[in-house]
Amino acid sequence: MRSDGFVSQFADLFDEYDVLGAFWVNIQLTLWSALFAAILGTVLALFRISPIPSLRWAGTAYVNVFRNTPLTIIMVFLTLGVWAQLHVTLSDDFDTNFFRLAVVGLSVYTASFVCESIRSGVNTVPIGQAEAARSIGLSFLPAARLIILPQAFRGSIAPLGSTLIALTKNSTVASVVGVATETSSLLKNMIEFHSSLLVAIFLTFALGYVILVIPVGLATTALSRRLAVKR
Amino acid sequence: MSTQNVLFDAPGPRGRRRILVGNVVGVLIVLGVLALVVQRFAENGQFAAALWTPFLHADAWVNFLLPGLVKTLEAAALAIVLALVFGLVFGLGRLASSRTVRWLSSIVVEFFRAVPVLLMMIFFSFLFSVYNVFQSAYVPLAAVVVSLMLYNGAVVAELVRSGVHGLPRGQREAAMAVGLTSGQSLRSIEVPQALSAMLPALLSQLVVVLKDSALGYTIGYLELLQQARHLGAKDGNILQSLLVAAVIFIVVNYLLTLVAGRVRRRRRRTGSGQGAIAVTTAVATDVGVTPITGLGEGGRI
Repeated sequence: MRSDGFVSQFADLFDEYDVLGAFWVNIQLTLWSALFAAILGTVLALFRISPIPSLRWAGTAYVNVFRNTPLTIIMVFLTLGVWAQLHVTLSDDFDTNFFRLAVVGLSVYTASFVCESIRSGVNTVPIGQAEAARSIGLSFLPAARLIILPQAFRGSIAPLGSTLIALTKNSTVASVVGVATETSSLLKNMIEFHSSLLVAIFLTFALGYVILVIPVGLATTALSRRLAVKR
Repeated sequence: MSTQNVLFDAPGPRGRRRILVGNVVGVLIVLGVLALVVQRFAENGQFAAALWTPFLHADAWVNFLLPGLVKTLEAAALAIVLALVFGLVFGLGRLASSRTVRWLSSIVVEFFRAVPVLLMMIFFSFLFSVYNVFQSAYVPLAAVVVSLMLYNGAVVAELVRSGVHGLPRGQREAAMAVGLTSGQSLRSIEVPQALSAMLPALLSQLVVVLKDSALGYTIGYLELLQQARHLGAKDGNILQSLLVAAVIFIVVNYLLTLVAGRVRRRRRRTGSGQGAIAVTTAVATDVGVTPITGLGEGGRI
């Protein structure tokens, strides 16, 4: 085994393990969770800015609970609690079931951050805008739809972008739920059996995340700059 | 400004009636969701007293939960202190006058901000045990602390940089005018102000560190989550002990968030907060920078 050069050993690893496939699993986890977190987070944000006290309270409680709970606990709870004890199954297929549980965990956790991003966007709108809208006779819904929310949306792009980045990285925690094909499980496998290539293997995975994450950051920063409301 | 003022007028009689109806509907929805959860628990016998009473005995706390919490806090405390040092070094590096130093620091910071903490923990736990860097008993702790230090240090470096950028330009000009060099101005005028301005953001970051320390579970660090699992395995009440552990995390983190909010408001009130406000905006708009205070207090992932 050692007779081969470092480079050819390293190249052999890619034949033996499906590194790109593992990244694809994480991307799928990220996209599904982003979709559900966006829906749930928007609903929560609407709750939190609504005039109805009970909904506001529910939104605040949700955010405080899930923003302060480690994602790892949520994931462990989903497998050992919700699945094993409460017998909630999301699919008859074992792997699909775990994948969906991971998406549930990531969505539930990320939704609280989506909610806060949107709310912080609403907070960037100066009060004068709302006052001006009212003074020209717009009532609540038209004012929200035409004046407040368009500006709020632009203000929330940057925090939403960093939430998406965090979600991408958090998708590795799916290994805790038993998604065994994603990157952190594969990394563990690979360095367990090839400890001589430890550093090279880690750098490969790390570089993969750099490539995934940095364009998202650049894109959302550029977008939020371009759409920024000049004040 | 509060969202309330932006979005609504004070409601009139009709508005108040509608709000009342909405309120009742809202309460019903929340109760409905809770009822579903309770029903599921009851169907599976999770409310049995035997599953909950262990938490009333000292054994669960003295032998499992409290030692776990201590380990969690230990890792978090070590990590935040080291992250501050790391962040100062590379934050200053990104502000240095030498182009090479700036580039190197930028690469280090951007790299560690992009790599998932879990991957780092797995890597370091193998690295430390293969090369015998630490005694085997300390490997999990070391891996947790080093990974958290690198990620959060990179975040702190960004805080330092944007904090310095957010200072009024007159600070640097005044330092130059009294004859300090660029480096001296940075060290003795600008960075101290940036540091005191970023105190609330640093406290919020501590919440992130505490939450991420739970990832140590995957590499065998005996922190709160791991201990809760052991406790659950012993008494056969895994669901309940995970819930209790989650509540402990929520309480500790919520208290930290409250303290951070209080520090932030206090700084604003006493007028030393000009810098703090500057950090808020600078962090939120800087290139590729995660808005830390933009999400509200403790709003980091």
